[in-house]
Amino acid sequence: MSVTIGVVRFPGTNCEFDTLDALRDLGANTELLSNDQVSLPGIDAVVIPGGFAHGDYLRTGAIARFSPVMGAVTAFANAGRPVVGICNGFQVLTEAGLLPGALRPNAGLSFVCQSQRVVMAAADHVLSHGLARAEELSIPINHFEGNYVCDEPTLQRLRDNDQIVLRYVDNPNGSLDDIAGICNETRNVVGLMPHPERATAELLGSTDGIRLLDALLHAAAESRCLAESQAV
Amino acid sequence: MKRWDVLVEVSPRSEIADPAGTTVERALRALGFSGVTGVRIGKAIRLEVAAADEADARTVTEQMCERLLANPVIEDARIELRAAVAPESSW
Repeated sequence: MSVTIGVVRFPGTNCEFDTLDALRDLGANTELLSNDQVSLPGIDAVVIPGGFAHGDYLRTGAIARFSPVMGAVTAFANAGRPVVGICNGFQVLTEAGLLPGALRPNAGLSFVCQSQRVVMAAADHVLSHGLARAEELSIPINHFEGNYVCDEPTLQRLRDNDQIVLRYVDNPNGSLDDIAGICNETRNVVGLMPHPERATAELLGSTDGIRLLDALLHAAAESRCLAESQAV
Repeated sequence: MKRWDVLVEVSPRSEIADPAGTTVERALRALGFSGVTGVRIGKAIRLEVAAADEADARTVTEQMCERLLANPVIEDARIELRAAVAPESSW
């Protein structure tokens, strides 16, 4: 039984096909989701990929969060189904209020585009299956606004609830507490700056991204079983 | 209904690092403006609003700031209003 993963495309998204290809190679059915669709029939997990949704005008993700599809994604997330935002997708999820905090321009105003070492910092979320806490991965980053910020009480909550999913080794962008990715309190929504879909072949320099995407497929299958059992 | 010229100034909150402001401050000092401090870079958004009175115009602008124009996690918004001067006006 193969799961179906939907990948959202806003005007200005540019990583949707890399993401679809990577998920398909792992055996998932995939569906490209339009920014103006209002429901997600048959979808077991949603990925909001990287790019510059709606030109990133005003702020990254600020316009995208009001797309019709985001109403459907919010309902899907609130039902406990898996939602993952990669890079610009992470920014969209913070703007939409599905994840706390915000992403500011990198310290030093440098656009970073490099292989990045990151550490799995939390357990039991939609990208954790098959990965051990403290395990190190190499996944590319490619962003100007990946400098995670939040207020002190929010940071304390993230730490207390084990919501810091990934931390950078040698912080490349000034991100608070070396945060490269977080999850929500119910652990079904994850946002991360690194691009796992770009670390899926030896030719690309790393296959570590496969492990995160495999974990998402696992979470999607579990979520589908749960949704089907609740529907009966 | 009257028309109001509105200026919304969106700036990074004081506790949020502003790498662009820091860089410009350093550049100004390098140019010899040694007395300069506190450089913060935000954005200015100009719009026109139709509203019965100034209070209404301010309320609707505040709603626009809350919903879209500023992200309260990282930004503060300051609103300036004045009655529009027909046919065209400028700040």
